[in-house]
Amino acid sequence: MEGNLNLTLKIWRQKNTQTAGKFETYQVSGISTDMSFLEMIDVLNNRLIEEGDDPVAFDHDCREGICGMCSMYINGRPHGPNRGVTTCQLHMRSFKDGETITVEPWRASAFPVIKDLVVNRSAFDRIIAAGGFISVNTGNAQDANNLPINKDNADDAFAAAACIGCGACVAACKNASAMLFTSAKISQLALLPQGQIEAATRAQAMVAQMDEEGFGACSNTGACEAECPKGISIENIARMNREYFSATFSSK
Amino acid sequence: MAITGLFLISFLIVHCGLNATIFLNDGGVAFNEGAEFMGTNPIIRAMEIVLFAGLLLHIFDGLRLWLDNKKKRPVAYAVVDGSANSKWYSRSMGLLGTLLLLFLIIHLKHFWYFSRLTNDLTEAHTLYNEMQIVFESPIVVIIYVLGCISLGYHLLHGFQSAFQSLGWNHPKYSPTIKSIGAIYAVVISATFASMPIAFYFHLIH
Repeated sequence: MEGNLNLTLKIWRQKNTQTAGKFETYQVSGISTDMSFLEMIDVLNNRLIEEGDDPVAFDHDCREGICGMCSMYINGRPHGPNRGVTTCQLHMRSFKDGETITVEPWRASAFPVIKDLVVNRSAFDRIIAAGGFISVNTGNAQDANNLPINKDNADDAFAAAACIGCGACVAACKNASAMLFTSAKISQLALLPQGQIEAATRAQAMVAQMDEEGFGACSNTGACEAECPKGISIENIARMNREYFSATFSSK
Repeated sequence: MAITGLFLISFLIVHCGLNATIFLNDGGVAFNEGAEFMGTNPIIRAMEIVLFAGLLLHIFDGLRLWLDNKKKRPVAYAVVDGSANSKWYSRSMGLLGTLLLLFLIIHLKHFWYFSRLTNDLTEAHTLYNEMQIVFESPIVVIIYVLGCISLGYHLLHGFQSAFQSLGWNHPKYSPTIKSIGAIYAVVISATFASMPIAFYFHLIH
C-alpha cells in the first residue's frame, strides 16, 4: 500500500536469563504509519508464529502510555526517538521507509533479561517496599481537604507521582542509576503532610535498597529526565539527596 | 565528588587570580611577590597539604565511581544515541578528568616541582622567569591549551552538578547557579589558556 513502510529490524533475542543473547535481523513490509511500535512487533510475531518460529517476547499491558510495562530500547534511546511517550505510544510515522531499527531490552545488572526484550523490574518493587509507604489510621476515611496542603507542594507531589516505574531512567543512564525513579517515589510522599511520619527513615531505607539492587550512582547527566515518558524532573533527585542527608544526620 | 569538586573550584579562583597578575605586564613583580607569599606563608603551606588531599580524594572517588558504575551494565547497548538526551562532556567526566590528571602531572613537574623541591628558585631565576622559559616550547603551549579546554568542559558540567548532588536544586536559584557555572568555566579556562599563549608570543615581558 502507498505510504506503508518496509523496515529492517535488528532485535535482541535471548532465550532466558542464563544464556547469552544475540541480534536477529527481520524484514517487515507493509507497515502502516498509523500503527504503534508494539503493533508493528505484533505483525512480526504473527508471521513468526505462522512460520513456526518463536515470537519476540516483550512487555506490554495498557497500550495507552500509563502502565509502564513496555520497555524497548529503540535506536539507542529508551521508548524510541520521541520525547514524553512510552513505546506503545510511539507510532510508525516516526520512522522512514527502508530504515533499520535496532531494538534492545533495558540493559542493567539490576534488570536481568527474562526473555528477549522482557526484563525483570522487580527491583523497583523492592525499593518501594523498603520505604515508599505512609501510616494512616484505620476506620472511616477522614473528610476531604481535612489536611491543608500548599498548592505548589501538592502539584510537585502529583508531578512526582506521575512516575509509572517503566525504568526508562535506568535504561537511559550511563551508570544504570535508579535515582530518578527512587527520588520520584520519595518526593511524592516527602512533599505531603501524610509522608512526614516516616520522613526521617524513608530516604535512607529506599536508597539503601536501591544500592543493594545494584543500580549505579548518579553523575547528573540529565539523560533520565530527558527520556522519562512522564517528564519527571531531576529536581526530585536533589530533593532525595536533601532528604537523605538530613535522614543520615538525624537518624540514630 | 561534589564537596571535593567545590573545594577545587575555590582553589582555582585563587590560582587563576594570582597568576593573572602576569598581565599587569610589570615583569612579573606582582606575580613573584604573590608566589613568594604562597610558598612561605605557613597557613598557605598547610592548605597546600589539604589541597593535595582534596585532589587525591576527588581522583580516587571518581575512579572508584567509574569502576563501580561500569559493573552496573554488564552487557553494553549496541546502539546508544547519547547526544539525544545529554551533553557529551557530562557523559565524559571520567575521560576529561583523566586528561586533566595527565596535564596536572606535567604542570606540577614544570612549576610545583621547580619551586618546592629544587633549589633552582632564586632572586635571579624567579618563578616568572621559569614560566617564560617553559612557555618557549610550542608543544608545551599546545598541551597547556588542551589541558585548559579539558578543564573548561570538566567545570561546565562539574560546577552545576556539584550543587545538584548536594541537593541545591531550586527553581529560583538553579538558573543562576547554572549561569555562574558556565561563566566560571569559560573565564577560568580562557584566562589560564591565555597565559602560555601570551608568553609564547611575547605579549607580556
